[in-house]
Amino acid sequence: MLKIEQIKKTFNPGTINEKVALKGVSLHLEQGDFVTVIGGNGAGKSTMLNAIAGTFEIDEGSIFVGGEDITNLPEYKRAAFLGRVFQDPMMGTAADMQIEENLALAMRRGKKRGLKWAITKDERENFRESLKTLELGLEDRLTSKVGLLSGGQRQALTLLMAVMNEPKLLLLDEHTAALDPKTAATVLSLTDRFIAENGLTAMMVTHNMMDAIKHGNRLIMMNEGNIILDIRGEDKKKLTVEDLLSIFSEKSGSRFANDRALLS
Amino acid sequence: MLQFINSLPGAVAQGLIWGIMAIGVYVTYRILDYADMTVDGSICTGGAVAAICITAGMNPYLALVFAVLAGMLAGLATGVLHTVFGIPSILSGILTQLALYSINMRIMGLSSNVTISRTQFDLVLTSEVSTMALINAIGKGLFFVALVIGVLYWFFGTELGSAIRATGNNSNMARAQGINTKKMQVLAIVISNGIVGLCGGLLAQYQGNADINMGRGAIVIGLAAIVIGQVVFSRVKNFACRIAGTVFGAIAYYIVLTIVIWAGLSTHDLKLFSAIIVAIFLSIPHLKEKHMGKKKGGKKNA
Repeated sequence: MLKIEQIKKTFNPGTINEKVALKGVSLHLEQGDFVTVIGGNGAGKSTMLNAIAGTFEIDEGSIFVGGEDITNLPEYKRAAFLGRVFQDPMMGTAADMQIEENLALAMRRGKKRGLKWAITKDERENFRESLKTLELGLEDRLTSKVGLLSGGQRQALTLLMAVMNEPKLLLLDEHTAALDPKTAATVLSLTDRFIAENGLTAMMVTHNMMDAIKHGNRLIMMNEGNIILDIRGEDKKKLTVEDLLSIFSEKSGSRFANDRALLS
Repeated sequence: MLQFINSLPGAVAQGLIWGIMAIGVYVTYRILDYADMTVDGSICTGGAVAAICITAGMNPYLALVFAVLAGMLAGLATGVLHTVFGIPSILSGILTQLALYSINMRIMGLSSNVTISRTQFDLVLTSEVSTMALINAIGKGLFFVALVIGVLYWFFGTELGSAIRATGNNSNMARAQGINTKKMQVLAIVISNGIVGLCGGLLAQYQGNADINMGRGAIVIGLAAIVIGQVVFSRVKNFACRIAGTVFGAIAYYIVLTIVIWAGLSTHDLKLFSAIIVAIFLSIPHLKEKHMGKKKGGKKNA
């Protein structure tokens, strides 16, 4: 479903702030793969996700989604294949627009936008049903401005928007990192459910090793712009946090440096 | 006092016409979150095109259509400068505005003023001092205001209009939802300046001439109208009512101007007065926040 080959990215090349973020990363995801991505600070996790999403142009390599070469497509065109949830709950929704307006925008991802009404009556009913499944009481607040919602509610809404129209690939960039533990758990279980129900292919960056082990069928570890570990199936299920830490120091020759990961 | 009361209907008519421009500014400043300086030039472009068309014998209503199109072209220039060539938003508007000075002179045949004879042409509205003319001006002003609000209310309820609103509100989100944000920016700036062009066309007919300086400070009047409208209609949520609030703001602005002129302020000082008023209104939210922040901090320490 996703095939990235030898992608490289250097930020601010030729300047004092030069940062080699991706050093030729390759990764193949099968349909239905749910990969968790861990790694230290600046390992290239978010950069890899953003490269796929098209936030910036990559220097070398190619990216295929569902067999289609999207390497040179602008961000807004790639959106047709992707569902995205960001770390910052403010980033995935339009705060000054209503809940139903946000959902209607997501509904038209990858479709032509013309002079028809932005929301149809049928859609409104569907939205109400989908919002019910979040169990956050949002189904009664269709016309509320999203800016009035809590971070957790906004993140759950963004998740719902991201899985609309069954994207070929779901990109989750530490989407629970800014939430309190209880809300984070709710959003995570919603994530699991949406992915399972729709049979989605997904990548989830997380700083929480427990979460990385517990969720998904595959785990990759990144360090200094490379993928240094790729475990799946039964092997992944048997992993422990201690295993991951020792694998990391063995492969990288240093201690796992992610302040948040060590704390959690 | 009588003189003041007599000048009130004229202030209302002017407020309605400038209110149309303020709606144009609302589209960029409030909906797109883009401070578009093109306005000062494109309002004159609209006026100049209307004046030339009418003096050449065109129907004054049809001339307004061309005024709108001319304004849209000006907006297109700004939009392209910003999105295709990556020039910062304010600067691209200023560049277009500067270029428009020469272009407007060219449109008006290298003259800084083109007179439209009220006796010779059957204009849409005029500022003649007669009850009939005033009633007509206010009526037509209301008509065009209603027309613009109606069209915008419809447009921003469509998929495309909704995409523009999302672009102005959160461009990251918009792109993630597959919206071509650059295209939406250009489209909104084009629409905005089309409305401003309409205002220019109406204004030229109202005052009986197009003048190269007729747009100077227009953006400030537009912002003043938006800010006044926002303060007065702060609780209004309906989109059409909010825009109507902006028009109300423009009318209020012209009534205040009439008052200060009546009270003896020199017309030469008007622009300074306008700038100060707008500066005060624009700083209110910032100062409020600062003040509130201090209060909160104080409580924490206590």
